[in-house]
Amino acid sequence: MSTISRKAIKGIALAAASALVLAGCAAAPEEEESAEGTDSGTSEETETETETVDYKACMVSDEGGFDDASFNEEAFNGLQRAESELGIETAAVESNTGATLTEYSSAIDSLVGEGCDMVFGVGFALATAVRDAALANPDTDFALIDSGLSNDDFSPLSLENVKPIQYDTAEAAFLAGYLAAATTETGTLATYGGILFPTVTIFMDGFKQGVDYYNAENGTDVSVLGATDEDQANWSATGDFSDIAKGKNLSEQFIDQNADIILPVAGPVGQGTGQASLDSEGVLLIGVDSDWYNLEAHAEYKQNILTSIEKKMSDAVFNVIQSGLDGTFVGGDENQYVGNLANGGVRISPEHEVAYPDGIQTALEALTDQIISGELVVNSLYKN
Amino acid sequence: MKQQNLVREIFSGNAVIPIFAVLASFLFGGILIAFANEEVQQASGYFFSRPGDTISAVLNSVFGAYDALFRGSIFNYQASSAEGMIKPLTETLAYATPITLAGLGLAVSFRSGLFNIGAQGQIIFGAMFAAYVGLSFELPFLIHMPMAVLAGLLGGALWGGLVGLLKATTGANEVVVTIMFNYVALLLLTYLLKTPVFQAPNQVNPISSPVAESSRLPGILGDGFRLHFGLIIMLAMVVAVWWLMHRSSIGYQFRALGYNPSAARTAGINIPLTYILVMAVSGGLAGMAGASQVLGADRQLTVGISATFGFDAITVALLGRNNPFGVLAAGILFGGLRSGAVLMQANQGVPVDIVLVVQSTIVLFIAAPPLVRSLFRLPKPKAVQA
Repeated sequence: MSTISRKAIKGIALAAASALVLAGCAAAPEEEESAEGTDSGTSEETETETETVDYKACMVSDEGGFDDASFNEEAFNGLQRAESELGIETAAVESNTGATLTEYSSAIDSLVGEGCDMVFGVGFALATAVRDAALANPDTDFALIDSGLSNDDFSPLSLENVKPIQYDTAEAAFLAGYLAAATTETGTLATYGGILFPTVTIFMDGFKQGVDYYNAENGTDVSVLGATDEDQANWSATGDFSDIAKGKNLSEQFIDQNADIILPVAGPVGQGTGQASLDSEGVLLIGVDSDWYNLEAHAEYKQNILTSIEKKMSDAVFNVIQSGLDGTFVGGDENQYVGNLANGGVRISPEHEVAYPDGIQTALEALTDQIISGELVVNSLYKN
Repeated sequence: MKQQNLVREIFSGNAVIPIFAVLASFLFGGILIAFANEEVQQASGYFFSRPGDTISAVLNSVFGAYDALFRGSIFNYQASSAEGMIKPLTETLAYATPITLAGLGLAVSFRSGLFNIGAQGQIIFGAMFAAYVGLSFELPFLIHMPMAVLAGLLGGALWGGLVGLLKATTGANEVVVTIMFNYVALLLLTYLLKTPVFQAPNQVNPISSPVAESSRLPGILGDGFRLHFGLIIMLAMVVAVWWLMHRSSIGYQFRALGYNPSAARTAGINIPLTYILVMAVSGGLAGMAGASQVLGADRQLTVGISATFGFDAITVALLGRNNPFGVLAAGILFGGLRSGAVLMQANQGVPVDIVLVVQSTIVLFIAAPPLVRSLFRLPKPKAVQA
């Protein structure tokens, strides 16, 4: 036993060593300084990035982290795009699972201390931290995704250096609900959230409204498990935005109850639904925040992705950074950005592998036009 | 029996193993930081043509990261003002407050032979009780603040004591029960934050109003700092726990239970009652950690009020060898890791997960004293005569 394991270890060590040797065999790049020195004789350091602009945009994530293949990642992509296309500097702080309000504050504080010109707080959990930092640092611009600002007594607050970025996701979710109701074979859909924040239930609510609309139009009786109760507080949720196993578990329960299309609104937890879709025949899922079909994290089950309800946060982040760079940044509540179908801030992803039923594509386009024109109103907290 | 010996070896002994375990974890963390660094990855591609590049890249990345960790947790020599220089240390102490309080609670239970994994839930209960008092009453500061802190203690003690009661009456395993109780507490908190009990009026998000001014733990150094009176409470508790465990007869009974329940029973100690007491004391300390978060740090109740303090506390109790002063030292270390991780990430782009890895490897090394001994060529301890 011991000799075998020793041999095995030797083998592994040998393999690892040779891999390292091979990996280290590339030629060294030309030494830039020496070339420069002989040419011009100056000792000035060469600029490695020619386009570097003196502007620094920074971002703090919430619980899921920037690799959540969903909410935070979508926002982070905007920051990265700004770095590569605008040539600005960036820095980002990822919050650990179980970050406290004070940790969000100290993350923002240290980014301000690092000289950031603009700081993004991703998620309503950072609202208080962004507010406090914005009050203490009036010369720094802030943008808050998914929330407005409020005072301690929750009366709304408007600060000139904070731009709220919010999304009327219900409009796109409505289309997804309509599409799912038209696609289902069993007449049963399902949805669940991570934690039932308003920014989560807005997906589920819009989805449900879309299903109801389809039912009324076609005399069908498609139901949505997980959102059956009148009271949104009783809808299904896994309890966090990190435990993928819980998402799989809950999805399997829904599948056992005959659901064949599931909408997980729980960031990375939705990967559990994707895994569950692989174990059962004919189960589809709907992605959230970005087009899951194109994301590596969801590649394994992308053939089961019906569509995704996209919140184009990367666009908004990019645009806000650009405005900061141009000096055209305007904050304050009256200048908040609310993404909807009309301004392209939210949308549903185009048809991929799963074919839509006949005529649905045109129906969706018609619905989109009606929502944009205001003829059809999808209820949400952004419309009262 | 063998398992008990192992447990005893992990829990007892001097400070040598913990200190070396921390050192080894930082070394290991340094290796990971170097591997994850992009410049190191690029330079190692041509290691054999110019090894100097790789070595300097490695040194730069590791030194840069730990330098940022130091500046973020102890003393920021790059800050422009004196206030900014000492701020990191105050942040460290602010984080250390709940971690140490919960760690003390766990140390009491571990020392008494009860493996309480439920600090997370007990913190939540303490926080809920403290928040309730802080939100519902208008009282003078001198009454309100102590009352809110005591409510936190009571909340944690009830939630912990219930586990002791279940163990005493039904023999329920405290490990399983406390783990499950963590979920119950979290789900209850999530639920209550959606009801008028805690949820702020006109608020759609699950978050409470800020607790009344008169119930808050006052700041120690003024507005620019997050350090609050909870630190003083925490330091007092360190001494109180030391007195309880080493100078009082109740503490003697607790320790007797931990050494040998059968002998303790023969000696006339009321075992069921002691179970309940141990868990109540343990939970009460964790509950104070929750109170300190609600009344001192966050000042409002949220779903994330307990953060991961309850789990950090397990490591802190292990690292501190269940000795109150050891727990304090370990708590400050963990507070520093939490506070320094932010700057390490903001300044050097080192993922926060590195800190989690360091914390986890500390547990690993502590759980394997022979490994640490062989790593640092420490002598074997003499066999302990029982």
